[in-house]
Amino acid sequence: MYWYSIKSMISRELLIAVRYPAEVLNPLVFFLMVVTLFPLGISPEPQFLAQIAGPVIWIAALLAMMLSLDSLFKNDFDDGSLEQLLISPSPIVMLVLVKVITHWFTTVFPIILLAPLLAMMMQLPDEGYRALILTLLLGTPVISMIGGIGAALTVGLHRGGVLLSLIVLPLFIPILVFSASAIEAANMIMQYDGQLAMLAAMLVLALVTTPFATAFALKISINN
Amino acid sequence: MWTWYHKLSSPKWFYQLSGQWLPWIACAAVLFLGTGLVMALAYAPADYQQGNSFRIMYIHVPSAILAQSCYMMMAVAGGIVLIWRIKLAEMVLKCIAPFGASITFLALVTGGIWGYPTWGTWWVWDARGTSMLILLFLYFGVIALQSAINNTSGAARACALLSLVGLVNIPIIKYSVEWWNTLHQPATFKLTEKPSMPMEMWLPLLIMVVAFYLVFTVVLIMRVRNEILEREYKTNWVRKLIDPSADRSIKSSVKNGGE
Amino acid sequence: MPEVLLRAENLLFEYDDLLLFEQLNFSAQQGEVVYVEGPNGSGKTTLLKILCGLIEPTEGQIYWRDQRISSAHIDYRQNLLYQGHQAGIKSSLSARENLKWLLSLKGLRPGLDKIDEALALSGLMGFEDVPCGHLSAGQKRRVGLARIFISNEKIWILDEPFTAIDKKGVATLESTINQHAEQGGLVFITTHQSLNLTVPSQCITLD
Repeated sequence: MYWYSIKSMISRELLIAVRYPAEVLNPLVFFLMVVTLFPLGISPEPQFLAQIAGPVIWIAALLAMMLSLDSLFKNDFDDGSLEQLLISPSPIVMLVLVKVITHWFTTVFPIILLAPLLAMMMQLPDEGYRALILTLLLGTPVISMIGGIGAALTVGLHRGGVLLSLIVLPLFIPILVFSASAIEAANMIMQYDGQLAMLAAMLVLALVTTPFATAFALKISINN
Repeated sequence: MWTWYHKLSSPKWFYQLSGQWLPWIACAAVLFLGTGLVMALAYAPADYQQGNSFRIMYIHVPSAILAQSCYMMMAVAGGIVLIWRIKLAEMVLKCIAPFGASITFLALVTGGIWGYPTWGTWWVWDARGTSMLILLFLYFGVIALQSAINNTSGAARACALLSLVGLVNIPIIKYSVEWWNTLHQPATFKLTEKPSMPMEMWLPLLIMVVAFYLVFTVVLIMRVRNEILEREYKTNWVRKLIDPSADRSIKSSVKNGGE
Repeated sequence: MPEVLLRAENLLFEYDDLLLFEQLNFSAQQGEVVYVEGPNGSGKTTLLKILCGLIEPTEGQIYWRDQRISSAHIDYRQNLLYQGHQAGIKSSLSARENLKWLLSLKGLRPGLDKIDEALALSGLMGFEDVPCGHLSAGQKRRVGLARIFISNEKIWILDEPFTAIDKKGVATLESTINQHAEQGGLVFITTHQSLNLTVPSQCITLD
């Protein structure tokens, strides 16, 4: 019976994203701009760009995600729908997970779709494309899920944005490290299964643990 | 009703007990710190490679060890806060974070001071230093969250969850940083080669580590006692503690009111 | 003998080490309207949120049909309708979509005609498809309150439901509350208006 509430949650989130395309587009434009800063700020030399392309795209995606993560629960908190969600008889952990995943799908997935274009502009070697996309696909959901805990903890606070980055950015370091090294390995035509396996393991770990932490964090926040 | 009294009495109990212990622990801390410093600076032989500059190790290593176990203790306190909702644990959690951040900072600074004569640079992106820097960031996150939430026990619960999330992540972060490091800087010079260290060198180190833990205990107890007074200032026992005559004056005013 | 639905035992609540209320005991039975009264800042909203299980009391327990609400929470929540200060209405969604989502949280899946009927009863006929951002504050409240015309919760917890609602709306709401109590429901309410109720009521006063 509660499948219906989960389904309804998904369609609601998607509908809101469609009605407010700015929430989707703004991080995307931000992502584009940040990446553009690197050739302008460091050097447009193709060989140099090729070397930093992977990590730069990854860091830009990370920052763009930080911008959109702040609003993950904020609107629901402000208009009271978070309260309704937390007292619903439906499995709250599942609803929270659904919310995080649809948020990822609406705000981060477009970034991944845009990544190949930026990779081309940043002269990423052809070998690196597959690794870039794969690491983004495996890594960004983990970031959304860990970031969701932070978003839940800071949801009721003013100036939550900077605080959110402050508390969750250090937790993203492993993902950045493994992703960047996978892309680097791919560029040098080396195996990068190990890095992907690490990312996949983190994804599984995040999938089974973070929804509980996020739901718990929401309860803490609503008590404040 | 009983649980209510019990909960109230818990910080009081700690306050009184810690008041008795504090002088002894403080004495032990001074003793160990003094002995350790004298042994480290005067008796330990100079390193055959690094000369006397290695002696900063006696500050660096204990603070690095303490920095990590502080986080662990903070997370343990966090777990207690979340499961049993004990007020005392909330206070401990709040008091550990700034201490942990400063001791991590100390470890980083002493690392730099050690690194300059050894490597010729204040900072290298080696695995240990980088992990330490990230640990400092984790502490900053907890402190920032703590100060952003007005409700004291809400802040404690939020920080408790955050520190537990951090605790789960620390091994992953450490692993990833070490892995990143071996990739980018193969086999640098290792600072503490344990097997080659003679007894005259590691004994002072051991004493210093114990001394650091003792200092930590003293500082923590003092901070928690302070926090108890701040949070329990409305209770009778704190009022009596601050102003022994308060109790009497309340009684007499009640009497006067009765008449 | 009407059944006792909700019982509070020795509720105590501290916010930031400040005592808001203590030694709060009451039991509320079927067919009753319970007013929660007190000046601003006395903890009315907090008490209602505690009754919902949104906020945990510092001390004390709440029982739903002799079971703690924390252990019977699925059954309890299924029987609970809560309308807070913020109605839980998304401004980018229409009244219909909002109501549909609110009901889906309970696993309810009424047909479109039922939803439109409830919105009409709530005084929103003709506004079903308008994004709620374009509605007035009172109309937004009505979207949330339209739930009471559809769903079948036993306990209603309404925090200032009459705010920004006109006289006619208040009258409708009043009669709905009466009806709900007569049918064996239980209503907790905070309000600054005096209501004309025909059902037994009790008052919890916070100071």
